[in-house]
Amino acid sequence: MTLCLPKLPTTLLTKPCGSSDAMVVRLGDIEFLPCLSGALYVPDYDTLLIADLHLEKGSSRAHLGQLLPPYDTRAGLLALQAAIARWEPATVMLLGDSFHDAKGPDRMATADRALLEQLASRADFIWLSGNHDPSLPAHMPGSMSVEIALGNVTLRHEPGTGAVNEIAGHLHPVAAITRRGRRVRTKCFVISPARIILPAFGAYTGGLDVRHEAFRPLLAGEAFRVIMVGNSALHALPGRAVL
Amino acid sequence: MDTSVTHKSTARSGLPQIFADWFSGRGWQPRGHQLDMLATVSAGRSALLIAPTGGGKTLAGFLPSLIELAQGAAGNGLHTLYVSPLKALAVDITRNLESPIRDMGLDIRIEARTGDTPMHKRQRQKTNPPDILITTPEQVSLLIAQDGAEHYFASLRVVVLDELHSMAPTKRGCMLALALARLQRFAPDLKRIGLSATVASPDTLRAWLMPQDRDAEGVEHMAAFVQAPGGAEPDISIMRCDEEVRMPWSGHSSAYALPDIYEAVKSAGMALVFTNTRSQAERIFHELWTLNEDALPIALHHGSLDVSQRRKVEAAMAAGSLRAVVCTSTLDLGIDWGDVDLVINVGAPKGSSRILQRIGRANHRYEEPSRAVLVPSNRFEVLECEAARVAAFEGAQDGEGPAELKRDVLAQHIMGSAVAAPFDPDQLYAETVSAWPYRNLTRADFDQAVDFVSTGGYALRTYERFARLKQMPDGRMRLTHPRLAQTYRMNAGTIVEAEMLKVKLAGKRRSSAGKPLNKWGGKVLGEVEEWFVEQLRIGDTFLFAGQILRLEAVEELNALVSRSDATEPMIPSYQGGKFPLSTYLAGRVRAMLAEPASWHYLPEQVRDWLKVQQWKSVLPQPHQMLVETFPKANKHYLVCYPFDGRLAHQTLGMLLTRRLERAGLQPLGFVCNDYALSVWCVRDLSLAIETGRLSLAQLFDQDMLGDDLDAWLAESMLMKRTFRTCAIIAGLIERRWPGQEKSGRQMTVSADLIYDVLRTHQPDHWLLKAAWDDAASGLIDAKRLAMMLARIRGNIVHKALEQVSPLAVPVMLEIGREPVYGEAHDALLAEAADDLVDEAMRLV
Repeated sequence: MTLCLPKLPTTLLTKPCGSSDAMVVRLGDIEFLPCLSGALYVPDYDTLLIADLHLEKGSSRAHLGQLLPPYDTRAGLLALQAAIARWEPATVMLLGDSFHDAKGPDRMATADRALLEQLASRADFIWLSGNHDPSLPAHMPGSMSVEIALGNVTLRHEPGTGAVNEIAGHLHPVAAITRRGRRVRTKCFVISPARIILPAFGAYTGGLDVRHEAFRPLLAGEAFRVIMVGNSALHALPGRAVL
Repeated sequence: MDTSVTHKSTARSGLPQIFADWFSGRGWQPRGHQLDMLATVSAGRSALLIAPTGGGKTLAGFLPSLIELAQGAAGNGLHTLYVSPLKALAVDITRNLESPIRDMGLDIRIEARTGDTPMHKRQRQKTNPPDILITTPEQVSLLIAQDGAEHYFASLRVVVLDELHSMAPTKRGCMLALALARLQRFAPDLKRIGLSATVASPDTLRAWLMPQDRDAEGVEHMAAFVQAPGGAEPDISIMRCDEEVRMPWSGHSSAYALPDIYEAVKSAGMALVFTNTRSQAERIFHELWTLNEDALPIALHHGSLDVSQRRKVEAAMAAGSLRAVVCTSTLDLGIDWGDVDLVINVGAPKGSSRILQRIGRANHRYEEPSRAVLVPSNRFEVLECEAARVAAFEGAQDGEGPAELKRDVLAQHIMGSAVAAPFDPDQLYAETVSAWPYRNLTRADFDQAVDFVSTGGYALRTYERFARLKQMPDGRMRLTHPRLAQTYRMNAGTIVEAEMLKVKLAGKRRSSAGKPLNKWGGKVLGEVEEWFVEQLRIGDTFLFAGQILRLEAVEELNALVSRSDATEPMIPSYQGGKFPLSTYLAGRVRAMLAEPASWHYLPEQVRDWLKVQQWKSVLPQPHQMLVETFPKANKHYLVCYPFDGRLAHQTLGMLLTRRLERAGLQPLGFVCNDYALSVWCVRDLSLAIETGRLSLAQLFDQDMLGDDLDAWLAESMLMKRTFRTCAIIAGLIERRWPGQEKSGRQMTVSADLIYDVLRTHQPDHWLLKAAWDDAASGLIDAKRLAMMLARIRGNIVHKALEQVSPLAVPVMLEIGREPVYGEAHDALLAEAADDLVDEAMRLV
């Protein structure tokens, strides 16, 4: 069962809108559409938000002898390509940890690099810095920033205790339910009155359960909910259902 | 080592006087098979000895070496390598061997080497080797990967492999076989001795022991065979309860039998209570203590408990200060820990070989019968226990044969070879195929393995500059960085555990600031699988280490708990039997069902149950499979009885629901147990069969093993688990890194994610092939499913019923208790969201 919450503004109807991710969340004065891909679309700003791509994570320990399948960058970029094709946004904002490490861009395969260039030609890319990639080489397509504001909402990599109206990534939230003897664990958006935390977008990014203490100060005393990212639909659940 | 019984020896040939005197000095005589082993090995031959527990196997294995060493071979470097599957066993044997060596005044140095041996001692063992080294398979792999290994092992004359029946069927067996091939190159005159409990096919183990020759046109070399006479017939009974106590229809708790189990423990001197799972052991232990009015010393022993706790229990057993130990398979192997006179097996034993092994633990005295009681936990298990009792009486074996061609183990071995010294691929290939499990390995497959070790074997050649192996001008392959050797040494081995969390008691100490509980620094109680903790909520209580614990928090790799005052744990932590029902026992159960004359052994309740089944439905003949269809509460059920074990039934259930879906019958889900499978649908199954819309012959046709199985398997948890194991063993995912011993998960990428990405982008990758072979052919369920479908072809008996039949009751009761399969993740998520929709709406 999927939640169809407030009626979609008419401006949105020009965009393709599958029933699977027709769900709206609100923070500050802005409406956001969580997507099945793990991205968050902002209709009023025609902007797509992506967190924690961790490109080139697979190759990040190759120099130490760990030769993981070097296909995660391709997988992440193809997912990004699909998300861009879905919304055709004017802007793509990457909320940090877009590369697993600062040397990641140099390890990219030629074809992957070309794909990234091609995507960046279709929308303005803004790279926020993350703890894994505090700075990126100047030859990256698009511009860099540390924080950015959309109206009265601030976008940054790491969610900060006490901040309000903030959208961040960093924590890679996942949640799980147990049903009929089976446990289903998925990536999720965490939504509280003060902030939205995005799931990690990358192909090799693991998750941190929302029960982990790292979430505690961010959600302390506040009712929150999660939007779990299923295979074919999003599912909204109150926080206590996954604690 | 057990030599405690006088045995009428036939000959004393070959036994030096000092040894003969030692035997007679203790009032013993060497046994026939001990002398046979001596004669065979002294003549330069390798040999397999099969002897029951208590048959003086260990001494038979050592005697040839001890005599050779006593006659002047001692002090010339390592002479004998003794490999045991358990660390504890290695230490135990070293201790036991020291006394005859001392008694006879022999100048023979014997030492143990395990993962626990301190560094300085290992160093000394390297520079000044003992005559006999007692160790584990992992240590052997590490030893042959040391530089100077060739020189170190040049003096080696004998390798003794203890409990070979337990090692050969595993990946550890493959690792050991590869190590043996290496040792044979270092010491061409090496003799191999295998010690084994009774197995189904001794000839396979005889071939396993020997270097094989590819050019021999399929003729396998075999080691000599020595068999000890069997011990006394075991005394096995099935626990009978009062007819007033209702025998459960399903479930595995055996709670109904606890008072009788307690009485049995009271009547014995020292009892071992075996269970099939850790959680069952916890449960039985807990319940026994609530009954324990006499305060009998009853202890708990399983693999998840902290090592120090296990050692304490073992020491108490050896000292004879315990009356019973509730345990799992961790006590299956033959460590001599005390004078056990009764084995109680709770739950059906699932296999004949397993129960024979366990029974062997009672009374290590050869000529006296071992006493065992089987406790069935439900009605079907009564049949299974009866089948096992007869099988054990006849000594029938149904254990697995040796593992073959494990590619992940080969990859690890190739890395180890490079760690030892640059290797010549031609020579390494020749050596590899001389190991029995790899005798059919093709050169192309081997070369792919080398490529995998070197650059990962990816179509996208991005790792050339990070290659771990480089070819030298003379064609040999060398390691590119010494760090890789260090990483190899830290990760060698084939035992891959599930992700484990430490269970720590949260400290009660308050921090100086006052309020918050300091939750660190508590006592470690043991380890549990991560999946188990994941299904708990904070505040849930569960049984562990014999106590009811409350989960307080999960932090990093620790589950922090406190002791709870609750009398009942909230989470029963039941997990179905971990061992599948063996094909052999399943066949016997089917035969028993079809033969009412054999029912007189069964309790009256069970007899009545079968009689009513006969009257209301049918009891199938042994070669038939019964399918019943009936309506119940607006749904239509199909129950079939293949008796092929839970795993095979799960696979069958997945495939059947796909087919029923295609036939438009709208299946909703299924459950299964070891004996039967129940699928339920929206549409009327009886009607569909009657009108010919659904053909049971087609539904159960063997062609389901084609694309449907492949498609299902590729997505299954089973496949992901298998891939993870392969990836770790093959060195794709390292568990430990130099300087980052505790790194844990932050450093690693989950194997599931790697599997998904690799499958999408390079589906023909060598490691996927390795995992696929493991899952599809190595795991018994797919094989058994194929056998079953062939067996029932043309032999399906269908019965349309008005209501559930007596035989179907047990599996029907699993609904609601066991996981329901066949529903997509999203359906479960949607259901959860649906239930909570009001609340979710309010929060928006």
